[in-house]
Amino acid sequence: MEQKIKALQEQMEQQISQIDTKEKLAEFWQEFLGKKGAIADLMKGLGAVAKEDRPAMGKVINEFKVLVEEKYQALSAKMDELELAARNRREQVDITLPGKGLPLGGLHPLTLVKNEMINVFASMGFDIFEGPEIEDDDHNFTRLNVPKDHPSRDMQDTFYLENELLLRTQTSGGQIRVMDMQKPPIKVLVPGRVFRSDSDATHSPMFHQMEGLVVDKGITLCDLQGMLDKFVQQIFDADVRTRLRPSYFPFTEPSVEVDVSCFECGGKGCSLCKHTGWIEVLGGGVVHPKVLENCGIDPNVYSGIAFGIGIERITMLKYGINNIGLLFENDMRFLKQFKE
Amino acid sequence: MKVPYSWLKEYVDIDITAEELQEKLFGCGFEVEELIDLGKEVSRVVVGEVLSCEPVEGTHLQICQVNCGSYGNPIQIVTGAPNVYAGMHTPAALDNSTLPGGITIKAKPLKGIPSDGMLCSGEELGLNDDLYPGAEVYGLMDLPKDTVPGTDIREVVGMNDYIFDVTITANRPDCQSILGIAREVAAALGKELKMPATDYTVSDYVFPSLDITVEAPDLCPRYLGHGVRNITVGESPRWMKRNLALCGLRSISNVVDITNYVLLEIGQPMHAFDMDQLQDRRIIVRRAKDGEKIQTLDEKEFTLTPDNLVICDGNRPVALAGIMGGLNSEITENTTQLLFEAAKFARDNVRKTSRALGQSSDSSARFEKGISEYITELGMARALHLIQELGCGEITSSTFDCSAGAPREGKRFTASLKRINAILGIEVPAEEVLRILKNLNFEVKRDGDTLDVTAPRYREDIEVGEPDLAEEVIREYGYDHVIPTFLKAATVTSGGKTPAQQRRDRVCRILCGQGYHEAYTMSFYSDSDLDFLRIPEGAPERNVLRIKNPISVNLSIMRPLLAPSLVNVVVENLKKGNNEGRIFEISNIYIPRDGELPDERPHLGFAAFGDAEDFFTVKGTVEALGEALGLSFDVERASDVPWLHPGIAAYILCEGERIGCFGKLANEVTGELKLHKDAKSNHKIFLGEIDYNAMMNHMAASFRYRPLSVFPSVVRDLALTVAEETACGDLMHEIARACPRVSDVELFDIYRGEQIGEGRKSMAFKITFEADDKPLTPEELDKYIKKILGNLKFKLGAEIR
Repeated sequence: MEQKIKALQEQMEQQISQIDTKEKLAEFWQEFLGKKGAIADLMKGLGAVAKEDRPAMGKVINEFKVLVEEKYQALSAKMDELELAARNRREQVDITLPGKGLPLGGLHPLTLVKNEMINVFASMGFDIFEGPEIEDDDHNFTRLNVPKDHPSRDMQDTFYLENELLLRTQTSGGQIRVMDMQKPPIKVLVPGRVFRSDSDATHSPMFHQMEGLVVDKGITLCDLQGMLDKFVQQIFDADVRTRLRPSYFPFTEPSVEVDVSCFECGGKGCSLCKHTGWIEVLGGGVVHPKVLENCGIDPNVYSGIAFGIGIERITMLKYGINNIGLLFENDMRFLKQFKE
Repeated sequence: MKVPYSWLKEYVDIDITAEELQEKLFGCGFEVEELIDLGKEVSRVVVGEVLSCEPVEGTHLQICQVNCGSYGNPIQIVTGAPNVYAGMHTPAALDNSTLPGGITIKAKPLKGIPSDGMLCSGEELGLNDDLYPGAEVYGLMDLPKDTVPGTDIREVVGMNDYIFDVTITANRPDCQSILGIAREVAAALGKELKMPATDYTVSDYVFPSLDITVEAPDLCPRYLGHGVRNITVGESPRWMKRNLALCGLRSISNVVDITNYVLLEIGQPMHAFDMDQLQDRRIIVRRAKDGEKIQTLDEKEFTLTPDNLVICDGNRPVALAGIMGGLNSEITENTTQLLFEAAKFARDNVRKTSRALGQSSDSSARFEKGISEYITELGMARALHLIQELGCGEITSSTFDCSAGAPREGKRFTASLKRINAILGIEVPAEEVLRILKNLNFEVKRDGDTLDVTAPRYREDIEVGEPDLAEEVIREYGYDHVIPTFLKAATVTSGGKTPAQQRRDRVCRILCGQGYHEAYTMSFYSDSDLDFLRIPEGAPERNVLRIKNPISVNLSIMRPLLAPSLVNVVVENLKKGNNEGRIFEISNIYIPRDGELPDERPHLGFAAFGDAEDFFTVKGTVEALGEALGLSFDVERASDVPWLHPGIAAYILCEGERIGCFGKLANEVTGELKLHKDAKSNHKIFLGEIDYNAMMNHMAASFRYRPLSVFPSVVRDLALTVAEETACGDLMHEIARACPRVSDVELFDIYRGEQIGEGRKSMAFKITFEADDKPLTPEELDKYIKKILGNLKFKLGAEIR
């Protein structure tokens, strides 16, 4: 019996070394470990062994069985591993092929910049108000302290419609509407589309403005600069500063032009700032008391500051766009560059 | 406005450089758009004394030995100029010198003869006779003999000068003159202003029967007239010609030059009428009669209306008030007596007339911005003084002053120092405030906090109260004194976008997620854009708002529809070879309304083009939008949208309301696009337009979660055969209607073939059943299916396959 086992073991070792497929492995299992396999045979033959030898012999057979099983398991695991590796190799893809998701669209750069600006002022407590694009003379001019004969009406070439209507030349009319509806404290931002009959590399007959208005007690010119400092630092760069210089708008007094120190060169002078170190970005001032009065707000109690920013101007500065026309051509190659 | 540095110096002792002055002006509100250095392009050109000239045989050249002082004596220069002579003083451009127009002169032989430079004409230096007499002589400039050889030519001919091109803001018409800027410079530098002389003496002579009447004092609040006789029309003096030339005006004759000079110097537009051409020796300032005609100095004829103000003689218009004189009364070389006019005309009337007639001038430009009566008085006095100074006429006693009665003194008011500082937010010391206002010619008396202020007469922009004074103070005191504070005293407020604004952002993001890029198109286009999209006459979209003064006819109506704009975007992209794309825009369309502001309705327009697009890819967008917004959209065939294909277009319904449409661009429109006909992508243009508010009105005000069923849902497949024309939507609708337990119906296959039969198709649906209250048994499901089949057969003739 022992010899038989030994012979079987040799046979087994020899056989297992030649197995290279799962089918052969299965045959091997049948041959040795199956119900009618060699080890089952050995077990059956145990009856013929002397009773006192049976436990010892049984143990030997069992040890052999464990050995075969171990061998079988080891080979099976190894074959699984190989098979998996082969399968993985087969299934490998060219990971550099293009992805299949729907390509994303994107917002227009003017919207991106407008939202960025709104976020800055919203965090300062500004509401957002959008007024009508078609206005009457009263809201666009007269109540903003621009009387009928005033030459500053020529500063803005106005498009006129029938019935005394016009395309707003500034979003300031929105300020009037807000002050009509609401009494101080007021902090409002009025973004929107405006129109002037002007067209060249830096002017479009339609463009976008964002006006801001603060009316409260004790508001000063210093507040205007402080607030705008925060704005330009968030929009451009933490290091930029503003500079005020005198200007003229009928609805503010004093009126200022606001320049920022050049964020390209840090004020040393470069082509962006035309070698002056400063870039003109917006206009503003202390709200003219007549404008407050025109909206039923007592200028002896309240004061205000206002500013107007060209969204195109900021967008062009931010992204280095040198022709305003690009913003309205809607060339897919242009639009696709702006993501969000 | 052009302000020559040398002219400015006649009124103020300026002891800073031109660049420093530019900074000063900038700081106090006068941006110098360009500082023109007259001699910038000229270098290494000096006075040369020609010692000898030796003709070169067989040529027109002469070899000159030229004394150029410290630059070399002699220097050999060859010239071809015929007027050269020994002893001549003339400009010599040395080796490596530069001349206007970017020209560089180098020493190089001429016809083999060494020449170390070039002798110059006035033209080569960029001069004319007005800037320097004799500059236009043919050949070399013949400089005076007292010029020193080797002297920089720019000093000799007055090119060491600058011109400030100053931007004047609309509130400062008083600065539209050299004197006006000089006043500002004097104030900024704390210097005295030397006023130009305005004295003159009058003779006893009075023009018989000369009379002036102003019939429209509302349009002409002040009219001064003064008669001058014994005129000798001739040349102007050199200083006058030069100053005019520096401002870009050519000298014409002494009398005409005086009017131009006063315009530039004082800012008062002047006019001179030939007295002998004034019929009846009458001047009447009145509104033109309807259809009245005038021919202006530049020989243009205009037909007038009562909106235009004219200056007339006893019979006819002789000038278009404030804009230009009439040809019939202009000063000629034969003029012997004249009438000077200095007037103030209403600025808006001059502006309107100028715009209406398309005629403008230096005069109208100034009147439009506003002239003060102080300037009118000063201008007349200065003109008469110049007549006397130039000795070209006798100032008579015929003087007229027609006034509407405006006060002749500056505005007087009280102001509080505290309030000035409260506007600025800083403490400007009282002495500084007083000093600044005094420098600006305000008369100020201080009593504690109260200032009793009288503004200068020419400052008509000053309004009663502190804000104007605050501006005057801070622009002189310096904006660098402003200390930024962050809304120190303001009330804390919450802020941010309204819910509606946030929802709009969301719609944009949804579309971006569907591959759409946001576009910005112009709010206006033309009727032809509507024609192109086949919008019929009489359609509601044809009721548009028209721009009365469009930039071009292409931008003349406020758009009633976004689709034409988007079609243009698609076409422009295809032309550039961008063969696919998806775009959207949310913008207003405009609908006229009686008696109130027009209706501005936001529309959502979208377009998709390219080979990959078809009706269903775009429908997918619409469905995704509805789903993301929690809206359920239905479609309905749209065969009557003129710009869409009648068979490939749908209306979008939301709770039964039509909110928009989409589909393929109509074949007849596509066929007319100026694109290659054979490119496939050119024929796959899909677009849609949704009334944004109509859509958003269906959005639920709030959202609440729906409890989940504890019982699993069950799916059954159902394949049906139906007639070819049966719509999928009808089948799905009937399936859902037949059984309340149906929670979802999804089409998963369409099959056509022999087994199905001619004119029929098979459609296979996945039907999901769900119940909240109990598990669904197979028997129940069979019952439902049976019910569904029964309904479909009855209503749509569907058979189970």
